[in-house]
Amino acid sequence: MNEIFELQYALDTFYFLMCGALVMWMAAGFAMLEAGLVRSKNTTEILTKNISLFAVACTMYMVCGYHIMYADLGDLLLRGITGDGATGMEEPATYAPSADFYFQVVFVATAMSIVSGAVAERMKLWAFLAFAVVMTGFIYPMEGSWTWGGQSVFGLYTLGDLGFSDFAGSGIVHMAGASAALAGVLLLGARKGKYGADGSINAIPGANLPMATLGTFILWLGWFGFNGGSVLATASVESANAVAVVFLNTNAAASGGLIAALIVARFMFGKADLTMALNGALAGLVAITAEPSTPTALQATLFGGLGGVLVVFSIVALDKLKIDDPVGAISVHGVVGLLGLLLVPLTNDASTFSGQLIGAATIFIWVFGASAVVWSILKSTMGIRVSQEEEFDGVDLSECGMEAYPEFVSAKS
Amino acid sequence: MKLVTAIIKPFKLDEVREALGELGVSGVTVTEVKGFGRQKGHTELYRGAEYVVDFLPKVKVEVALTDELVESAVEAITKTAATGKIGDGKIFISQLDDAIRIRTGETGPEAI
Repeated sequence: MNEIFELQYALDTFYFLMCGALVMWMAAGFAMLEAGLVRSKNTTEILTKNISLFAVACTMYMVCGYHIMYADLGDLLLRGITGDGATGMEEPATYAPSADFYFQVVFVATAMSIVSGAVAERMKLWAFLAFAVVMTGFIYPMEGSWTWGGQSVFGLYTLGDLGFSDFAGSGIVHMAGASAALAGVLLLGARKGKYGADGSINAIPGANLPMATLGTFILWLGWFGFNGGSVLATASVESANAVAVVFLNTNAAASGGLIAALIVARFMFGKADLTMALNGALAGLVAITAEPSTPTALQATLFGGLGGVLVVFSIVALDKLKIDDPVGAISVHGVVGLLGLLLVPLTNDASTFSGQLIGAATIFIWVFGASAVVWSILKSTMGIRVSQEEEFDGVDLSECGMEAYPEFVSAKS
Repeated sequence: MKLVTAIIKPFKLDEVREALGELGVSGVTVTEVKGFGRQKGHTELYRGAEYVVDFLPKVKVEVALTDELVESAVEAITKTAATGKIGDGKIFISQLDDAIRIRTGETGPEAI
């Protein structure tokens, strides 16, 4: 093994790990975004869900998820993954196998983070975490095995052969998370007071917009790891060029999405709606995630902008359908995730529209269907919704027994 | 003695305080309050859905006065707190039975 190869191996592994760490940080972004867009009486609980789901995802993916998704790369409980990627593999990789696990596991957590925002302010904490166990240990790894894992869908067809391509996971991660969220929201119902008996739609303003904005900035930063790391290498001229293009396009799409959403909201509502602008930036990021390496900078900006326009209309439309999503997660990750998949064939000849549609349908039907079954089982056993009184008092007190901002607390003497 | 209670627009507080000070008023109590009058509330949009702000923020200024100062103080508040637009607020005048300065025990007009 020559020295240049060793250097390449070390650099690619290092890059992979750092990108994984950036994606891990997206969990903080989701936590802040969601804590900012709920009412202050539900802050402690949403933070508990966010940090706990991250730990559940990492554990379940270690136990069985990675093995289900990549049967040839890892055994149950990751036995043997500490080996060397350069020797002993069928196809020599240029990074450590355990770095691959680390990079994959933070994506699972991202998919699960999407769910927590949509069901916020009314779902029971423990029912949510029970769902997280199944989602991260089984539902997500199954669809992951059909896509990035290269396996056939129950032996029927193979998505790769049909021209399905999803670079960093607009569909595999984001739309999958949103599909699970949609199933949960439909079984859970809207927050009390969100929709009036007379058909009125009421706003429930978020408590802390600085936190929501910080969360969006963190997600934007983390996304460079999400998309940039998905190049899987950086230690050659070719891969370094690809990484730079991906960073550039990811940033351009986020900017395009934010500007588009800000302007659309201004014309629709008469004033600048910060929360829509934040959703717009995330929509731009989701839209470019399926293919950040082939568009030009202008195309990336326009794709992001398209996501930003779509997300505003989608949020308003879901509200009209009485599908209550406090943070807009289903619109940002689901509707725009689908858009991202369908934009791929415009710049990437290796993918086809039919392949993208079949892939999107496969992911949606599986994740939505399997999630609906799991949510239903949870609903009929432990229950998934807190009582009306608990919801009125805030789930911080009923689920966690502590407020995020305690006032007038006196010590028991 | 009279207790004059004025509900005014918050941004007018400094002007009112200055005008009262020039008249020789030696103390006022200020409270941040919310309420509605003819101005009612207003509606805003959040993510495309309406919400109503029913109670608008105002400042309540309470000032205890000897009888001879009441007229000029009311005039000063009316003049400085007015913008001519709806929502300028109101002044209420009520009888004040007694006043006590806690430090010295003085009572009546001496205590104001």
